[in-house]
Amino acid sequence: MTDVSQDSRRSARAEASRRAFYRFRQSRLSMVGATMVAVVLFFTLFGNLLAPYPEHVRGGLNTAERFQAPSLAHPFGTNELGQDVLSLVMAGTPVSVAAGFAVVLIGTVLGVVVGALAGFNGGWIDDVLMRFSDLMLTIPSLILAMAVAAALGPGFVNMIIAIALSWWPGYARLVRGEVLQAREEVYVAAARAIGASPARVLFRHILPNIVSPVIVKMSLDMGFAILTVAALGFIGIGVRPPTPEWGTLLSIARNYMPDFWWTAVFPGLAMFLAVFGFNLLGDGLRDVLDPRARR
Amino acid sequence: MLRFILRRILLILPVLIGMTIIMFVIARVLPGDPVGLAAGPNATRAEIEALAREFGLDQPLWVQYWTYLSGLVQGDFGTSLFSRRPVATDLAAYLPATLELVFSALLLAIVVGIPAGLMAAVWRNKWPDYLSNILSVAAISMPRFFLGLLLQLCFAMWLMWLPLGGRFPIIFDPPPGITGFYTIDSILAGDWESFWTAMRYLALPAIAMSLSPLATILRMMRASTIEVMHQDYVTTARALGLSPRLIVFKYVLRNAISASLTVIGLYFGWLLGGTVLVETVFDWPGIGLYATSAIVSQDFMPVVSVALVIGVLFVTANIAIDVLYGLINPKVRYQ
Amino acid sequence: MSALLDIRDLHLSMHSFEGAAKVLAGVSLSVEKRQIWGLVGETGCGKSLTGLSVSRLVRTPPAEYTGGQILLDGTDVLGLSEPQMRALRGRRVGMIFQDPTTNLNPAFRIGTQLIDVALAAARHDPSILGLDARAGRRARKAAARKLAINMLTEVGIPAAESRLDDYPHQFSGGMRQRVLIAMALIGRPGLLIADEPTTALDVSVQAQILTLLKQMVAAHDMGVVLITHNLGVVAQTCTHVAVMYAGTIVEKGPIAEVLADPAHPYTQALLRAIPDRSVARGQLQGLAGSVPNLIHPPPGCRFAPRCALARPSCLEGPPPLHTRAAGHEVACPVVEELQHA
Repeated sequence: MTDVSQDSRRSARAEASRRAFYRFRQSRLSMVGATMVAVVLFFTLFGNLLAPYPEHVRGGLNTAERFQAPSLAHPFGTNELGQDVLSLVMAGTPVSVAAGFAVVLIGTVLGVVVGALAGFNGGWIDDVLMRFSDLMLTIPSLILAMAVAAALGPGFVNMIIAIALSWWPGYARLVRGEVLQAREEVYVAAARAIGASPARVLFRHILPNIVSPVIVKMSLDMGFAILTVAALGFIGIGVRPPTPEWGTLLSIARNYMPDFWWTAVFPGLAMFLAVFGFNLLGDGLRDVLDPRARR
Repeated sequence: MLRFILRRILLILPVLIGMTIIMFVIARVLPGDPVGLAAGPNATRAEIEALAREFGLDQPLWVQYWTYLSGLVQGDFGTSLFSRRPVATDLAAYLPATLELVFSALLLAIVVGIPAGLMAAVWRNKWPDYLSNILSVAAISMPRFFLGLLLQLCFAMWLMWLPLGGRFPIIFDPPPGITGFYTIDSILAGDWESFWTAMRYLALPAIAMSLSPLATILRMMRASTIEVMHQDYVTTARALGLSPRLIVFKYVLRNAISASLTVIGLYFGWLLGGTVLVETVFDWPGIGLYATSAIVSQDFMPVVSVALVIGVLFVTANIAIDVLYGLINPKVRYQ
Repeated sequence: MSALLDIRDLHLSMHSFEGAAKVLAGVSLSVEKRQIWGLVGETGCGKSLTGLSVSRLVRTPPAEYTGGQILLDGTDVLGLSEPQMRALRGRRVGMIFQDPTTNLNPAFRIGTQLIDVALAAARHDPSILGLDARAGRRARKAAARKLAINMLTEVGIPAAESRLDDYPHQFSGGMRQRVLIAMALIGRPGLLIADEPTTALDVSVQAQILTLLKQMVAAHDMGVVLITHNLGVVAQTCTHVAVMYAGTIVEKGPIAEVLADPAHPYTQALLRAIPDRSVARGQLQGLAGSVPNLIHPPPGCRFAPRCALARPSCLEGPPPLHTRAAGHEVACPVVEELQHA
């Protein structure tokens, strides 16, 4: 009997995911987004290797070729240090993507822990955790992240910590809501009735059913995390040069506008396209994974 | 209704206290040497200690907190370590600039976003809908500071139609301060030339800030309009011969807007917190720029105060939204 | 003179992911003034779609009319443009729906909603407001307001003038349905389609609403199509009844005839499923089997797969109509044969 129900559940899940995949492929924009994300991930893995002037990525300069306009040798031109902008933009991809992903991941883990604890236990634990999350949501996140990053000092890890600190409350609220809802479902009541332990109920019956909304939020947040990373770089409290970070590149380049516009426009464009890709993908995922949001 | 508002306002107090505690704890737990930074690179140990004593930073955290809180009740936001000016004075000078920018951006976003979202829903799954969908995802994906730079590049540097940054030409006096909003003040003073100047300075930063909320409001409005159009009362209205125009612009619009209101409230806080970036790009003398300079020098009081002011404004805006929501939805009005 | 409503051999397909479902297959129904037709059948049999089709409120696509006519005062509404159709809605044909809670817009005063319907109807027929075509905007609004008050009074809402400024949530369910009836009738339509108007109401209120409907028919010389799954409601209210099964009308006729002499096996089964005092405890009968798949409907009679009397010939083609008595028609040749044998 267990076998039958396991089997039918598994096939129902397989069927659901086949349908979701079909719907996803039907949406042209989602496919465009997926392709863009694939390109971004490609440069995340190989950007450093493929950069035409790897020495520039490591901080080497070439003062003889400062501010060259885009040409065949330098499709995106060169900057104030004579570095190839294309190489810097390519090598900047892993920095932004890794930082963005780390932020989202840390935020998700923290948020899921807090949200699941609050939603599953209820009572005063719920009250305390949720009031705290609401407070954190009230504090302007960018300013909080900036303040923390400034206090921790510049650096890749510090920046991630600073942003993740303001990132989790959104997930906590989402997960709590979903857990509260799932707790009322019949299958959870049934699991309790046959004597499943609270931990088993939480991990086997509730959490697997809230994976979809969390994944949707993660994919939608990926773009915003990249934007926030770049914003800190732009303000001047993120990663420091020579690490090629898009926001930092932009903040230096704005001093050389309008004459040497390419130093600013190309890093900005890369940033925009990466975020655009993640947002299109996230939209598509939401449409197929979150039936409530579908129209 | 009045009791509802009063209760909500009273509820701000615990939020306020909670926020200050969190900010204080974060500031203290983190490493960093604000006093050393403020005293300068050549300061002796004794000088640094004297500075710390002067600002009460040698006291235990809870004493510092209590001092801050009791000052706050009297409208004293503390003193900047760097400029040694009261934070309250600075806030009074910078806050109107930020509010003017945020309100203009939000106004622009609402005025364009709501009709555009409504139209996208009416033309659902036709090309205007697809176009607006792509454009709004693009707008949300656009970093505000990059958009700001592009706008500067095009309209200030190449075309030279609009000023590059700042809020008003330094060589002229701004309009007499009544509201602190240059646009409104110049209208009040009947000074149309100043109004035009203020608008020219406001245009680019406001556009750079409004794009993302505009897109979000558009998408929200589209979704809620589509939902409302599936309601039974819309079928009834159609069945009884009301024209599509009347149905959409009167009956659907009011119901759909109320759903979008919540988003507008959330965005108000987001805009206030995000003004940092646009203010940096456009040298807009607001609290974002103020907070940035304080953060870089780890000047603690201004940062806490700016966060506090933004938090309070955010909560207040959401109360206002709730009240507005009640006005639009007669059902929730009396609850 | 032509009938108020004459549906002739209406065919409607619904396109979906899995194929085209033939949800209406040859529906014919003729309604005259002062007749109240009960359209009964189980969920999904197409009775609501038939009602919505009269006002052309079925979205096309996914729906597609594949044959037949719907004559409203002699005009085929299936051939009309959307603006032409709009001129008929609310003025020639009024509609009320099941749930009075969701059919009134919660964000507007009921007066506003009534007045807008009156003004829309008056655009095509200014005499509704008792004004001539050149009357100004303000005069029209005032007249529409007066009409709304009269209408509300007529449907039995006390202190109508003061209630005009109330919102829907300030009314009880029964009162809301009265408001909706007032709204449906404010344009003086000759035909009213009432789609399950009492299903969402308390039993005690149901009777009041049905009585009100009957009064309205008498007062305004209307015809009504009352769509319901409740034969009790039909017996209590209607002058005629049409029984639908899987997109076809299996039996129709004057109420007394059909109830006294139900001929079609499906009608008989429906009547057997109503509990009444003559049935002993535990003897209530259901109907075996389920509604056929309309994407691949059974050939011939759609009820045949569940019918105790079915023979091979039932599956050969659509069953012809037989007249049992004046106006009483049955789509089942087998019953006729058995009775005459």
